[in-house]
Amino acid sequence: MTNIKTSIKTEKSSNPNGEIVVEMEHLKKSFENNNVLLDINLVLNKKENLVILGKSGTGKSVLIKCIVGLVEHDEGKLKLFGQSISELKEKELTNLRRKIGFLFQSGALYDSMTVRENLEFPLKRQLISISKKEINTLVEEALENVGLSDTIELSPSELSGGMRKRLGLARTLILKPEIMLYDEPTTGLDPITSKEISKLIIEVQEKYNTSSIIITHDIECAKLTANRMIVIKDGICAAEGLYKDLESSSDKWVKSFFE
Amino acid sequence: MKKRILEHFKNRKDKEETIPKNNSGIISHSVFNKFFLEVASITIFTLRFFKEAIKPPYEINELMKQSFLIGFKSLSLVAVTSFILGLVLTVQSRPTLAKFGAESMLPVMVAVSIIREIGPVIIALIFAGKVGSGIGAELASMNVTEQIDAMQVSHTNPFNYLVVTRVISATFMLPLLVIFGDTIGLLGSYVAVNIKGNVSFSLFFSQIFQSLEFMDVFPAILKTFFFGFAIGLIGCYNGYYANKGTEGVVGKAANSAVVYASLMVFVIDMMAVQILTLFQN
Ligand SMILES: Nc1ncnc2c1ncn2[C@@H]1O[C@H](COP(=O)(O)OP(=O)(O)OP(=O)(O)O)[C@@H](O)[C@H]1O
Ligand SMILES: [Mg+2]
Repeated sequence: MTNIKTSIKTEKSSNPNGEIVVEMEHLKKSFENNNVLLDINLVLNKKENLVILGKSGTGKSVLIKCIVGLVEHDEGKLKLFGQSISELKEKELTNLRRKIGFLFQSGALYDSMTVRENLEFPLKRQLISISKKEINTLVEEALENVGLSDTIELSPSELSGGMRKRLGLARTLILKPEIMLYDEPTTGLDPITSKEISKLIIEVQEKYNTSSIIITHDIECAKLTANRMIVIKDGICAAEGLYKDLESSSDKWVKSFFE
Repeated sequence: MKKRILEHFKNRKDKEETIPKNNSGIISHSVFNKFFLEVASITIFTLRFFKEAIKPPYEINELMKQSFLIGFKSLSLVAVTSFILGLVLTVQSRPTLAKFGAESMLPVMVAVSIIREIGPVIIALIFAGKVGSGIGAELASMNVTEQIDAMQVSHTNPFNYLVVTRVISATFMLPLLVIFGDTIGLLGSYVAVNIKGNVSFSLFFSQIFQSLEFMDVFPAILKTFFFGFAIGLIGCYNGYYANKGTEGVVGKAANSAVVYASLMVFVIDMMAVQILTLFQN
């Protein structure tokens, strides 16, 4: 294994006129003695798909949980829409969170609710004045997007693993968030469905001008969706670039992801 | 990584021998620490409950739903056990009372035992077994499958939505269940009285109500609010803070919820009786 010690500073110049929606500088996070993130520098531009690669257990999920505040980072700067989140009050943070969609690695479906109720939950919680009819249209549309229209009255435990994954995706997309954080959106899906999900990610990006961070081990998905990619290793951003740059990287370790 | 695993296998035997044989000192020390940490953290949890309970938003829909699930769904279990309890208690007490020629006191004696002590405690224990463990398991499984995190990013305060509603439901449903169960228990007793004797329904109950005093009923019902609160809170505490990484968390959470909730029922019962005697003196 080659060691890449220096943390790469991400280019802000890749999108000179665009806004930056997420910005991390020297982000650090550890759990007791387990130093997970050491020095993460990362920028997500508006309407950009940023793919994050990295071995299992390197802290990719922790990284995006920091963005929504599910995990509090120890040190460093984390800005959302130009606002530093450690300076925000609880209420302002909750308001910012409305603009962010989070697809959990495990799906995190509500077991005690049906498929329909799972999709209604974020709607009813965030859009207080929404009418019943609007809810129904949105729910049906969201299910159609992921090809689950005929499961609407089932409970999540009656769905297969891949269907649960897709339902989780539908629930996250239903609010049309400005930032989407996908934690392994295609894991456990067959190649055909994976490709459809990748296309859906791109469609969402184009239709709603969404900026996304996509964590994935699925190189096909990365190839389709990525505008830019980052590789995380030993708690730092070890490499950054376009898909084709990293694919032909001179670094053996980076290259091994693509084989 | 592969190398380390291989090494681990090689060293397997040596490692076992290096564990100190006499480590009881270490264990008792850490158990002591753990106990106080646990007490501190449940105290914080309780304070947080009150803080969040008075703060809007109030999750009225979820509160209603939980009250239904916690209260209504326990009715049949409480009915069956209370009926048997009243019946058996009556049958068992009869010979002793008969010995003293006080068989006519049977309804009153059984009623006082059920209403003052046996009804509240037994029903609370059943409630701990059904509802306490249910809440513990449900929240633990929501915790490990990241459902609680998902709520948090869905503009919902999970503590408010999950914990506050369940604790309040448990606090108010248990007293209702106890009143219901006491009544069914007395019916059971009536049936048992009539196995060997012949007492009319109205005579049976008027006899009971004539001799029951306010101080028999009121403290007994009052303490069940505390039972319900403790059971709900301990169930939620065990589920909400279930340790994500460990194996069998859901089962463990359910188990400790029942054990500690049952224990608390007896502790509260003991305190209640002390306070009551203080007042009566
Ligand atoms: N809540 C937590 N408490 C303690 N440690 C945690 C917590 N969450 C994550 N970790 C630790 O942080 C490290 C990184 O975890 P993370 O889930 O971010 O990995 P990952 O890169 O997403 O891996 P995978 O690709 O397998 O999903 C792990 O060592 C894990 O044990
Ligand atoms: Mg992960």
